[in-house]
Formats: sequence, C-alpha cells, structure tokens
Amino acid sequence: MNGGRVRSALLALGLALLAAIGLWLAMPGEGAEPAGWMTPAFLATLVLAGWSVQRTAALDGQRWLGTATAALFGLWVLFFWQIGVTLYQVPRVLLPAPSFILQALVDRWDVLAGDFVQTVLKAVLIGWALGSGLGFAVGVAIDRAPFLQRGLLPIASLTSTVPLVAVAPIAVMWFGFEWPSKAAVVVLMTFFPMLVSTLAGLQAAGRLERELMQTYAASYGRALLDLRLPAAMPFIFSALKVNATLALIGAIVAEFFGSPTVGLGFRISTEAARMNMALVWGAIVVAAVTGSVAYALLVQLERRIAFWHPSVRAAA
Amino acid sequence: MTTDAVRWHQKVLPVAVVLAGVAVLWYVAAVGLNAAGAIERVLAPKGAYTTGDLISTTLNMQRPVLPAPHQVATDLWSSMVDWPLDSPRNLLYHVAVTAESTLVGFVLGTLLGMALAAAIVHSRTLDRALLPWIVASQTVPVLAIAPIVLVILGSLGFSGVAPKATIAMYLCFFPVTVAMVQGLRAPQRIETELMHTYAASRNQAFWMLRLPSALPFLFPSLRVAIAAGLVGAMVAELPTGAQAGLGARLLTGSYYGNTVAIWSALVMSALLGLALTAAVAGVEKLVLRRRPR
Repeated sequence: MNGGRVRSALLALGLALLAAIGLWLAMPGEGAEPAGWMTPAFLATLVLAGWSVQRTAALDGQRWLGTATAALFGLWVLFFWQIGVTLYQVPRVLLPAPSFILQALVDRWDVLAGDFVQTVLKAVLIGWALGSGLGFAVGVAIDRAPFLQRGLLPIASLTSTVPLVAVAPIAVMWFGFEWPSKAAVVVLMTFFPMLVSTLAGLQAAGRLERELMQTYAASYGRALLDLRLPAAMPFIFSALKVNATLALIGAIVAEFFGSPTVGLGFRISTEAARMNMALVWGAIVVAAVTGSVAYALLVQLERRIAFWHPSVRAAA
Repeated sequence: MTTDAVRWHQKVLPVAVVLAGVAVLWYVAAVGLNAAGAIERVLAPKGAYTTGDLISTTLNMQRPVLPAPHQVATDLWSSMVDWPLDSPRNLLYHVAVTAESTLVGFVLGTLLGMALAAAIVHSRTLDRALLPWIVASQTVPVLAIAPIVLVILGSLGFSGVAPKATIAMYLCFFPVTVAMVQGLRAPQRIETELMHTYAASRNQAFWMLRLPSALPFLFPSLRVAIAAGLVGAMVAELPTGAQAGLGARLLTGSYYGNTVAIWSALVMSALLGLALTAAVAGVEKLVLRRRPR
C-alpha cells in the first residue's frame, strides 16, 4: 500500500517538475508581452505543484519526509513568486522577484555585512548576553530571599505585556545613536524573561532529590550547583531562545527610532522610504537567517549541556 | 491569620516594597543624572546654592535627563484634564488611536489564526507543508517587515487604520495559530474515540470536543498576541506621516528633546499594554469559569 503512495508521489513530483521546467523555458524575455496561453499554463502548473505537495505529505515513514514536504512547499512558493511576479509584471516596489532579492544580497553584500556587524555582533550579541546574564544573576541572587521574589516576580511577569521597546528614544538620548543605546534596549527586553525563567527553574528540582541532598548534608551552594541549577537548565535555555528573537526585534526596532547610517533596522527603514525594496528584503533575509541560526545553535548547545534531561531526550 | 492578612503579607506587601524601592531609586537617579545640567544652566549663573536648592532644581527641570516620577505624573494628568479628548495634546486621544489599530488587528489576526489552525488540523497537507514554516517564523523577527507592509499598502492607496492594523494582525496571527493547533490536538485518544462511538461527525467533534479543549491553549497565546500587536501598531506609527498614536508621540518627543513627553507616552503605552492584557484575562476568566483548575 505504501508502495502505491510512493509511486503516486513520484508521479506527481515528476509531472509538476516537467510543467515547471516548461513554464520556465516559455517565459517571455524582459519587457515582452507573454503569450495568451501562459496564464492557463501557469494555473495548471500551480495545480500540479499543489498535487505534488499533497502526495508527498501523504507519505508515512521516515522523519525526514516531514522536513522534505515543508522544503518542497517552500521551493514551490519561491518558484511561483518568481514566475508570477515576472509574468504579471508586478511593480518592484510592491514585490520584487526572489532573483532581485538574491541579486541585492550579492551586489550589496558589503553593505549588509556592515549592517550585520553593527546590529547583530554589537547590539544584539552584547545586549543579549548582558541582559540574560543579569537576569540569571539576579534570579540566583534572590533565590534565598522569598520576600524579594514575591515582590519582583509579579512585576517581572507583567513586563511581558508592556511594549518595552518604546524606551528606544530614551536610550538614544542617554547613550547616543551608536550601538550602546540599542544594546541597552536589548538588555532591558531580555532581562525580565530570564529572571522569570531562572526563578521558575530553580523551583523545578523534585522534592525527592532535594531531600536526598539534605541527607548528604550538602551545603546550599553544593545543592545549588549539583542539583538545582542543572534542573533549571531547560527553563534557562527556553529563556535564552526567546531572548534571541526578542533581542533581534529590539535592536532592529530601536534603530527605527534613530541610528548611525549603518545597521539592519536603519537599512530596512531608509531603503523602504527610498522604495529600494530589493535591498530591504535582503536585509530582512539576513535578519531571518540570523534568527533561525541563533535558535538552531541554542538548540544544539542545549543538547550538549542538558543531554540527560527528559525533555531533551524526548526531542532527540 | 485570616486569609486577607495572609494575602497581604504574601502578595501585596512585597510588591509594594519593591515598587517603593524603585521609586526611591528613580528619585536618586533623577537627582544624580540631572545635577550637572542643573548646576550649569540654573544654579551656577545665580551664584551660591545649597544642597536643598540643588535637589529641588534637579527634580523640577524643564528638560531633565531623567524626569522625576511626579513630573511624569503631572504631565500625564494635565494632558488628560486640560485638553479636550479630540485634541492631539491629550494623551488619551493617542491611546485611542493606537488601541483602535491594535484591537482591529488583534481581532482579525485571531480569527485568521483560528481558521488556519482548524484547516491545519483537518488537512494533512497543510499540517506537513505549512505548519513547520509558521512554527519557524517564531524564531524570526517578523516585526522587521513592518516598513515593507507600510510601503506596499501605501502604494496601493490604503492609509489610516488599515496599514497599522495589518501589521498588528500578522503579529497576532503567528502565536495564535501555533497555540490553536496544539490546543485542537489536545483531546486524548479516549475522548476522540468516545466521539466516534457516538457516531459524531467531524464537524460535531470539532465544535463539541476539539474547540472547547483548545481554549486553555488559546488564551495564553492571546495575551502574547495582544502585546505583540500593540508593539506592531506603535512601530507602524513611526514612519513620517503618522501624526497620531503613542508611537508617533514617542518619536515627536525624541525629535524635540522633550523628555517629559517621552516618559508620559512610555508610561501611557505601558498602561495600555496592561489594560489590553487585563481585558483578555477578563474574557478568559469569563469563558473558562466553569472549568475545574
């Protein structure tokens, strides 16, 4: 039965691929009117592509099939974006073709690399490390002060509902246009999630394990290092992952409020005002790839450090 | 101890102490940060001054580096009382503008997210092809495409609430979709099999089993979504052209170096965020009131 499914998926994929190649070869040159039969051909290829995704999604078995289906879908979206935008001559201001975005990425890579260094390596990385580190340090420091915990925790939880990034204009006034003002915004945004997670994580060790530590006559510090901090690791890593995205958002949005003439947020806002959309999309691709890579790296790090934890073992 | 006394000692007192500590620190920081400017601009030209003069000057400056809490409170209050509600000098007017686009975007984004989640749960193709992308989008700063949305909608002739609400909408959409898919899949096998033995149709199973069991997943994501939508609406107000809204207010404040106005707008946006989240939490309590915890 599965063999039949595989055969029909392969058939659908082959037909869709043939249609796509045909469509690609039949594309009119720059500025030329497309032939009248192009629209039906476009729609027919669209249907075939949809069918190929549906047949691939129906396959059971290996885990990589899920990733493959999503990747196939993404590739088809890119393909029809490219073909559709060129075929119907969508203005570049509205939606540049993926090839133009790629072109902008290649041609202006020196500009984008400068923006990446300015925003990611300076503001985001330093702000993220400082904010997360401070949140962790404060969380551990007030571990033995339940009064302070009960006072800080409700306030720290409420900050997630407050648009903290709006402190950007104040940060610019205090720390200037350069990256320290962006890092300051990032510190503020990442501090509270880490504080909340650290406090929650330190409570995560089970009662049985704590009592075992007590029977060993382990000091507070020993129990913290050997039991409670390791047990807090999944909480800390989830805060690090959330903070990575928050830090990128914070730095980019803070640059909308005022920045030197370099930086991803600056690039996005000024090039959008100049209608140079290919470069705007290029900057967004850089930001998106940075976010995904940072997340993937943190997941890898968690697997290395908290490999023993049930939540990590279940995921692997 | 009575339960009220316990509540007081366990919850209210610690928070009050921490808040009081923050206020004290704020005043100390205001004196420290403003001292240099106060001496240079106000006190030194007049000659000799006492420490008392210095402190009272630093806390009541025109353009302080850090305004004191009472200055922000006075500015907030006078802006709400001294001007009519439809005047751009009244902060409540800006709150209304921002809240409107946030709420419109929030409602649309939530409906869209719930509809897509229902489709994903019923379609294996969408589940495998689309859901991974939506989940992955949570690691990406999607707010960064806000300027693009503004340019596209602007060149299509949309203005006013529509572009801002669109940005708030797509920011709300992602967390709601992910949580809703999780929630719709939450029913245990035994419960779905019970529906099966009742010969319930897919439709009935959706409305009677899946949707109710998705609600505890939905509401936390709604709180995340409305906070994200507020940030989106405020960011959408930044580019030149937006005359109204808390985001525009922040930008004009920083443009003219009016620190008290920036802080007032900041406090106001924090209050708006808290109010919107409280509203969602209120609805949650109302809807889930019969559920055992």
